[in-house]
Amino acid sequence: MSASSPTTWAGRARSADPVAYLQYPALAVLLAWPFLFSTYNTGLLTEILIFAIAAMSLDLLMGYGGLVSFGQAAFFGLGAYTTVILSVSFGMSPWTGWAAGVVVSAAAAAVIGFLCIRLKGVGFFMLTLAFAQLLFSAALKWRSLTGGSDGIGGMQRPALAGFRLDDPATMYFVALGAFLLSLVLLRLVVGSQYGHALVGIRDNEVRMRALGYRANAVKLIAFTVSGLFAGFSGGLYAIFNGFVSPDAMAFGLSGTILLMVVLGGAGSLVGPAIGAAVFLLVKQIASSYTEHWLSIVGIIFVACVMFFRSGIYGLLLRLGRRGS
Amino acid sequence: MGLLEIEGLNKAFGSLTVTRNVSLSVPSGRKHVIIGPNGAGKTSLIHQIGGQLQPDSGRILIDGAEVGKLGPEGRARLGLARTFQKNTLFPKLSVHENVRLGAQARFGSPFDLFRPARRSTELDDRAASLLARFGLDHLAQAPAGSISYGDQRQLELAVALSGEPRILLLDEPTSGLSPTETKALVGVIRSLPDDLAILMIEHDMEVVFSLADRITVLYYGEVLAEGTPEEVTANARVQEVYLGAGI
Ligand SMILES: Nc1ncnc2c1ncn2[C@@H]1O[C@H](COP(=O)(O)OP(=O)(O)O)[C@@H](O)[C@H]1O
Ligand SMILES: [Mg+2]
Repeated sequence: MSASSPTTWAGRARSADPVAYLQYPALAVLLAWPFLFSTYNTGLLTEILIFAIAAMSLDLLMGYGGLVSFGQAAFFGLGAYTTVILSVSFGMSPWTGWAAGVVVSAAAAAVIGFLCIRLKGVGFFMLTLAFAQLLFSAALKWRSLTGGSDGIGGMQRPALAGFRLDDPATMYFVALGAFLLSLVLLRLVVGSQYGHALVGIRDNEVRMRALGYRANAVKLIAFTVSGLFAGFSGGLYAIFNGFVSPDAMAFGLSGTILLMVVLGGAGSLVGPAIGAAVFLLVKQIASSYTEHWLSIVGIIFVACVMFFRSGIYGLLLRLGRRGS
Repeated sequence: MGLLEIEGLNKAFGSLTVTRNVSLSVPSGRKHVIIGPNGAGKTSLIHQIGGQLQPDSGRILIDGAEVGKLGPEGRARLGLARTFQKNTLFPKLSVHENVRLGAQARFGSPFDLFRPARRSTELDDRAASLLARFGLDHLAQAPAGSISYGDQRQLELAVALSGEPRILLLDEPTSGLSPTETKALVGVIRSLPDDLAILMIEHDMEVVFSLADRITVLYYGEVLAEGTPEEVTANARVQEVYLGAGI
């Protein structure tokens, strides 16, 4: 569970970073995707983009802040539930629901973060897990609001400027836009004065506090922003699926998001996005051959931790440097 | 009254008392040196003043205001800066970035999530001029972990000064330095602003006597003697337990 990062300071390595040259071709492929591939593949990529946002949200906290949380699904789930409940039970537009979901997730993260950031390491990890489980049982038990274990369905995908999101390509482009927006904003954050303070506190909190940095405030902001983006992805996932169930808040999902970050390479933003893609692709391909697809993910994960600790992104960086 | 006042400070780790009724006063502009054998409680005292360690009793005042309830960051905001006995640089960051990060704490906006850290001319200028003063400008772009130990000790001091403190705590700044490097560092400390209050722990007696306006001798957590360098050298108890023993 290392939170070590391939690039300590966002952007520092970018000029010397061979992977950076791939970002424009990658963007071109993403933009052309729905015109090149089947509806089915477009749907899969939409899901990947949504989970990539969730993985990047955790990366801010874990890769840059050094705070390994096992509760990211709580904020993903809050975003999803708020979106569906407001639109299905209260008749609001899913867009309004989504926006509200982001606010609710960020607010909850501010409160939960306030209680968690005072702890470090395993203590922090366990407390985030405990709060996530608390919210999970609320989702399960508060049937009148959440629909219990069945969840709530029947949400219609909204329209956007005359385009209906029922169309997989439109839905895909909304997800792509959300992903790119998240990536750009999070990159700004980690490259800002704030971002440098966050990384400094991760590496040497005693030093940073002695310099005058308010470490707890810096960490709380990271937790809140992380929760905000997790809620942003959760709300989008609800729009994509048209329903929400406690799965969107479950222990397993927190683990999945964590796995995506470690697999892709913490502390790089792009790495966890790649991690999300690899995880979902492996799941997709392997699960059609074997029920034990999770074992395959597990093996890849172990290989990652054993042979390239900085994840797939770190591996790409090394290969790229060797090549150039 | 001193800019930094310590009154009746006590601290024990279990049965081991590391600070026993210690008081001292450092006015603006004074260089006050703490000496004492290994394990005397010098570092523990600096930690308590810096806020890294909580005393059991006693008061610490900056500019007359008690700071016991403030964390290290709060005291730093009142103008207290410090170095550590072991270097605490960020080894992967460049020399320049280390100083800029220090300056950013006071002169930047650490809570601005969208202002690129790399594009602050004010902070860059501050870092550059400080590095020039230390003669480290030719190393500005080198990773801090890659420069010589002597340069790292200087950089540690540059980082501490980056917030323009009023009070500076130094924990054995010359430890591990060669005689030449020590001389250079002493020169730097001499050149610091006249109104800076400096409280420093030092081992090297030559350095102590070339810098100190006042000396406190700590012995098993207690103040054995306090006074001008002449008074302390003449003190019979000090000679007995400390100087006479050849350190
Ligand atoms: N956190 C701690 N817990 C227990 N004992 C400590 C701790 N820190 C320091 N000590 C002990 O306190 C004594 C004083 O240590 P220190 O202040 O580092 O001395 P000095 O800097 O004068 O060499 C030493 O015996 C040391 O082992
Ligand atoms: Mg010491």
